[in-house]
Amino acid sequence: MNLEYYSSAALVTSVVIYLLAMTAHAAEWAAARRTPATAEPAELAAEAVETRKFAAVAAGSPKSGSATTASGPVDREDTNQTRLADLKIELWGRVGVALTVIGFGCSVVGVVLRGLAAGRPPWGNMYEFTITAMVLVVAAYLVLVWRTGARWLGLPVTLLAAVGNGLSVTVFYVAIAPLVPALHSVWFVIHIVAAAVSGAAFTIGGLMSALFLARQRAERRGSVTGYLKRLPTARKLDLYAYRFLAFAFPLWTFTVAAGAIWAEYAWGRYWGWDPKETWALVTWVVYACYLHARSTAGWRGTRAAVVALIGLASFWFNFVGINLLVSGLHSYAGI
Amino acid sequence: MTDVETKAEVSPEALPPDEGSDPRKRLAPALGFRGGLRWLWAQLTSMRTALVLLFALAVAAIPGSLIPQRDVSPIAVADFIADHPLLGPVYAAVGLFDVFSSAWFSAIYLLLFVSLVGCIVPRVLVYARALRTPPPRTPRNLSRLPAYATATLQTDETDDVVRQRTVTELRRQRYRVIERDGTVAAERGYLREAGNLVFHLSLLFLLVGVAVGGLFGFRGSSVVMVGQGFANNITQYDDLSTGAWFSDDQLPPFTIAVNRFRVAFETGPVQTGAARLFELETEVTDRPGDQPYAKTIEVNKPLTVDGATVHLIGHGYAPVVRVRDGNGDVAFSGPVVFLPQDGNFTSAGVIKAPDGRPERLAFEGIFAPTARVDDRGPRSLFPDLIDPALYVNVWSGPPKTETGEPENVYSLDTAGLTPLKDADGQPVRILLKPGTSYQLPGGKGSLEMTGATRWVKLQISDTPGIAVVLGSIGAAVLGLCLSLFVRPRRVWVRIREEAGGSRLVEVGGLDRADARAGLSEDVADLVQTVALGAGAAAPDRGEKENQ
Ligand code: HEM
Repeated sequence: MNLEYYSSAALVTSVVIYLLAMTAHAAEWAAARRTPATAEPAELAAEAVETRKFAAVAAGSPKSGSATTASGPVDREDTNQTRLADLKIELWGRVGVALTVIGFGCSVVGVVLRGLAAGRPPWGNMYEFTITAMVLVVAAYLVLVWRTGARWLGLPVTLLAAVGNGLSVTVFYVAIAPLVPALHSVWFVIHIVAAAVSGAAFTIGGLMSALFLARQRAERRGSVTGYLKRLPTARKLDLYAYRFLAFAFPLWTFTVAAGAIWAEYAWGRYWGWDPKETWALVTWVVYACYLHARSTAGWRGTRAAVVALIGLASFWFNFVGINLLVSGLHSYAGI
Repeated sequence: MTDVETKAEVSPEALPPDEGSDPRKRLAPALGFRGGLRWLWAQLTSMRTALVLLFALAVAAIPGSLIPQRDVSPIAVADFIADHPLLGPVYAAVGLFDVFSSAWFSAIYLLLFVSLVGCIVPRVLVYARALRTPPPRTPRNLSRLPAYATATLQTDETDDVVRQRTVTELRRQRYRVIERDGTVAAERGYLREAGNLVFHLSLLFLLVGVAVGGLFGFRGSSVVMVGQGFANNITQYDDLSTGAWFSDDQLPPFTIAVNRFRVAFETGPVQTGAARLFELETEVTDRPGDQPYAKTIEVNKPLTVDGATVHLIGHGYAPVVRVRDGNGDVAFSGPVVFLPQDGNFTSAGVIKAPDGRPERLAFEGIFAPTARVDDRGPRSLFPDLIDPALYVNVWSGPPKTETGEPENVYSLDTAGLTPLKDADGQPVRILLKPGTSYQLPGGKGSLEMTGATRWVKLQISDTPGIAVVLGSIGAAVLGLCLSLFVRPRRVWVRIREEAGGSRLVEVGGLDRADARAGLSEDVADLVQTVALGAGAAAPDRGEKENQ
């Protein structure tokens, strides 16, 4: 019985709780599926109010509370059935968020204990990197829920967190060991923290892009139902995705630069086309494509969102696939 | 470019439909030669082309990460070619083993940078003009703007005073302000485009910095026995790669004495054998005749001498041996570098005694720092020097005439040599521990192992232009942040006489980038400030958001 053990136990617990949270959100959306299929104008208006709140917060405006008095549509036909359904949706949604908070607590404890047990920041290998990135993703999501009520992200985020932490404790797990000498560097710490934060932002932006694609298809076909109906409009989703990616991109640029500086110290060359470096560049270039696509006629919207998803895929391929498949100087997965 | 300019004119929220049609597509080049060239140039510098080239760059880099590359791992390339007799030559022919220096990869990034120049230069000019242009005139109908707010004026001040207050407030918010026809027009966020230009320009400088490093830089390595030294002289390098415009006298004339090498490996149950500590104690002499000074080289803490950087990039073991020939004379004596083959430093190497008489001798085999022999053959169980042993086969043959041709010290050319056999006709296998020796059968001589020492591999490099590279990246990140986070915004304020004689302040606002929000809140705040003056009661607030 030691800290390392408790750390793993906390992470395993977090996986279970995230799975439960995911189930709750699934139930929430299942309940939502049974509400009428048409998207009434009133509902869209309510959405606009809600999303405006979101927008204000994302801009860091101090007045985020100003729009909270706006309530949903009052002139809706209030049959008992829909009221019951609404209650159910609300209940499951709240349960989902509450469980996510608990799961988040567990995974924070897991990461912190891991750091304490190792006597160093817990970013020395792929296992530690992944659990840290998951903490950041869920933290960003919870802040969004708290400030803007963005509960519609609940299902994909809990799914991701469960899969991420689940893979970590089963496949990526390595016992604690000190860092190899090449990792003893401030630049390493800076590099890894920046990578984890931008990874979390890329991930949330990617989830939003995926939701955007789904919602936009539904809007085009004119049948926005169930889960999709509870999402913000496609245009808003596109904008939120952009905000996350626009935040992540400069940070990722910095991450790659910090990595290059570290490489200069460690190996005497700032760039050596190591597989890891190459994929960092590929990811960077793909997101540069995304930003260009957003200001090119014919590429906005759908295609830009697809590019964003390609970027996300290359980011995670770099962190998981390259570690496992290709051997390079960076292969510090430790498994 | 047209793409962007048109975008600036529309409301940011009004995303045009997805499948927009590009007018350029319809511009077929039936325009004569010069027209054709211009058309080509317009194509090359279009946003769409930049997009395609960027994508091509990303895709083209991928094979370089999945197929072994010659300048990263030449051995892996050789293995790959040996394993794939059909694919190997094809890959080699199209440059898949040298992706990052291949013609097609270079073509993509060069085209991209040409496109970049063609894109940036006109934009710098446009921007310079925009900086000198006052904020645009006030639209007739402010309520059509994405954000609009009104308030009834609560004071008796004249319009002029109110306008003055407006101007002051907007200036405080760092708008560029102009009064025109009794209205106030303001604009801010010029730094956004500046940031974007700085970002793209820094990419050009980055390329220049990288090119300087590639043309004038050098990187080489040398294996140095602990206890010996290295003089920075072209003859002392085991390998040296230099830029096209590098000249030998760029090598600073320093020497490094390698005095002590401290290593430690993980002995715990997890990651057993992983490296934990490398510390190389050296004594550096900047140039012949100077006073030597002590320096320690560690991983991540290279040594900088006279512009060159010295890294510790590898280490290994060298058994120290003495070979006597059939005449009883010492034919070879000293440490021999063995190359590590696995994480536990099972090392392979060759001991050559070409001066042995009447026959020359050679020994080929394995050195293990923590030795173990079983049915899987001799190998090492741990990377540290705990229980070293040497296992070799013996070859002998008539003396070879000196050809002066360089010979690979790590491999044995068995031409003219025969394996030494024992009485049973089995090849002789020798196992030596430090302090032991072995008499070869048939009076051919002896091999003695006196001990084992370590060697380190030093990498000496200089990459000029690295400051340019770093500076450009810094500027790029800064420019990027400006470009992504600055909100270019336009605001107009008008005071209108209402029917009842009251006066109405109207504020309209427009964001020119969709990165941010908060426009309507800011417009509402502004209308209050303007209408109230300092410290008055709350106004009736008509707010409206046109989304
Ligand atoms: C070396 C390759 C290039 C890279 C890595 C790159 C990267 C970027 C990035 C990250 C942005 C987003 C910043 C922003 O939105 O302001 C951007 C914007 C932009 N780029 Fe590039 N770029 C490259 C080449 C080009 C070229 C060749 C052109 C000319 C066709 C171009 C034109 C633009 C324009 C006009 C914008 C502004 C878009 C907007 O206002 O939203 N870029 N670029």
